[in-house]
Parts: sequence; C-alpha cells; structure tokens
Amino acid sequence: MTSIDWPLRVHGVLKDSRVGVVGYVPDAGHKRLIELCHQDRAMRAVVLTTEEEGVGLAAGAWLGGVRSALLMQSSGVGNCINVLGMARECRFPLLMLVTMRGEFGEFNPWQVPMGQATPAALEAMGVVVHRAETAEEVAPVLDAASRLAFDSYAAVAVLISQRVIGIKSFQEQAGR
Amino acid sequence: MKAVLRRREVVRELLEERGELLVVAGLGSAAWDCTAAGDSDLTFPLWGAMGVASVTGLGLALAQPGRRVLVITGDGEMLMGLGNLATIGVQKPRNLAVAVIDNERYGETGMQSTHTAQGVDLAAVAKACGFGDARVVWRKSGLKAAVRALRASPGPVLVQFKVVAEKLPLVLPPRDGSLLRSRFRRALHGSDADSE
Repeated sequence: MTSIDWPLRVHGVLKDSRVGVVGYVPDAGHKRLIELCHQDRAMRAVVLTTEEEGVGLAAGAWLGGVRSALLMQSSGVGNCINVLGMARECRFPLLMLVTMRGEFGEFNPWQVPMGQATPAALEAMGVVVHRAETAEEVAPVLDAASRLAFDSYAAVAVLISQRVIGIKSFQEQAGR
Repeated sequence: MKAVLRRREVVRELLEERGELLVVAGLGSAAWDCTAAGDSDLTFPLWGAMGVASVTGLGLALAQPGRRVLVITGDGEMLMGLGNLATIGVQKPRNLAVAVIDNERYGETGMQSTHTAQGVDLAAVAKACGFGDARVVWRKSGLKAAVRALRASPGPVLVQFKVVAEKLPLVLPPRDGSLLRSRFRRALHGSDADSE
C-alpha cells in the first residue's frame, strides 16, 4: 500500500488549478478523491453515466469560464474515443485523471485489453499522456498536466499506475 | 398522430429575441436550424461529438448559473446520449433546458427511422430522470407555452417537438471548432477570455 495520501495532494492540485467542476465515473482507486471533491464546497462533483459525458461537460464548463477535471478508470477511456475529437478540434483544455487497470498484477482478464490499449488509444486521439508510477509522483505529474491542459489548451491524461492503486483481488476491491 | 410542426419554424420561435440566451446545438439538422434562425456567437454548434450535446449544456449551465442555457438537438443525437438525461436529472440545474427537434429520422444519413418512430418517448425518459417539466408537443397550439417553459421555467426542462420529416436547404454555421469556441467565449466573457 502507499505511504502518502496522494488523493489529498491531488485534491490540493485541483484546487490550486482552480478546478470547479469534477466529472467522474467511479473507480475504487478514485474513491477517496471523489469523496474529497464532493466535500469541497468550491467544487461541483458530477457523477456521469459514461465517461464520454465528461468530455462534453468539461467543454461546456470551459465555454462558461470554469475549469474541469475528469476522473475515470482505464476501461472508461475507450468510451471517450469519438468525443475526444471535439476536444482536439476545438482545442478545449481537458484534464483526465485515469486509474489504470489491466496492467500491474491484474486479476480480472476482461480489464487487460482496454488497459493495455489505453495509452495508444489516447495518443491516437491527440491526447498527451503522462504517467505516474508511484504515489509520490501523482500530484506533481498532475500539476504539470494541469498547466499543459489549461495554459496550452491541450487534452492531457494522467495515467495512475495500478501499482499505486494496489488492488490485487476481487475480494480486496469489494472490501474497499 | 401525424407531425405537422415545421422544424425551422419551431427553432425560429425558440430563438426569437433570444437576448442573453446561451445555446448549444446538436450536430446535424438541429444545428442547421439554429443557423437558419440567425447565426450567433453565443450559439455553440456541434459538428460531431454525437451523444453529448445535452451534457455540454449542463457544463455550461453549471459554469453560468445566472444565464439561461438552451440545448437544441435532434432525436437521434438525444437517443445516443440518453444517459445525459440521468446526469442532468441528478444535478437539477435550474437554468438548463433541452429542446429535442424530433422528426423520428436520422436526417443526415438517409432519413432512416429512429427509435422515436417506434414510440420511444424521450419526454417520459426525462421525466423519469427527474426533469420537473418534460412534455411532447405535437400542435402549434402548444408551441408558445413550450417556448415559454424552455426559456423561463425552473429547469431542467425538456420539450420534445414532433416535427415533419423534411429535407431542407443546408444553412451551415462555421465549421472551425477553434473559431466556434473562441467566438463564444469572447462574446460571453469579453476579450479577457483570450488571455485566460
């Protein structure tokens, strides 16, 4: 398990970045961050039915002058593919925070194909991909990604390694 | 029942004296209808991203709680993103309204029937998702009240207008996505938006 409270640091980076809307489809790895965003009165946490909604939500919010972040699991990246074309064509800032499955020690074989295809799928749609391999890295990598997204009007995804999340079985996931 | 409303007349009514209204237009005929009623910097027409028009309107509504946001989209686009209605129903933005221009066809691809032609009721879905006011309008007699609801009733509101399936001359908005987003932001936020 991780030694530092990376979700708390991530929440701090989102605040420092003036993120006001956080769209998400839940993932066990984002559980604490989602709670922190819901508790924050300066943030509007929006539960989505599918991840692609979050790309539209972020576009609309930015048109209206508010910055967004989008939280999902790697399986959700596949749901976003076509709509990512809007972010690219319109040069909307887009900040995605993706917890990885299907890679480091995965126990569910159905997670593996999308997990393994996640970086290539994002890059194929013009999304800049950053990786955080350790808990210590997550907040500083997100900080850089946020600057790239909002200062340079880029779509950026931070992939948080399954190693950071550390789930090793169905039983452990269900117990979280 | 047979549709009698004409889509461009409906959209013209929706956008008449639009004032401060912010508009997101779903791809295809709905966007052409908005352009035919008069292109505006404060209309953001989608040329793609099928299935997220309404939730794009949600993002805008959350960011601009003091402004009315109207999404004008087609039945095919709405069907692709039915989950949008659930997401909006949870957030309950008082300033968001959705107008579905329902010709029961995929208009850009050969006028194939959509699910609404077989009775799928988008207003009922919206109602079930928590929209306070969701209705189907078939007749001209219901048009004025529906427009008032979309423009002023506490949201979220959805009106499904049953319109004649017709092929109309294309009236196209600009295609350049960067231009569309920049002109919208500049019109809404002033030139400060350029340096944000």
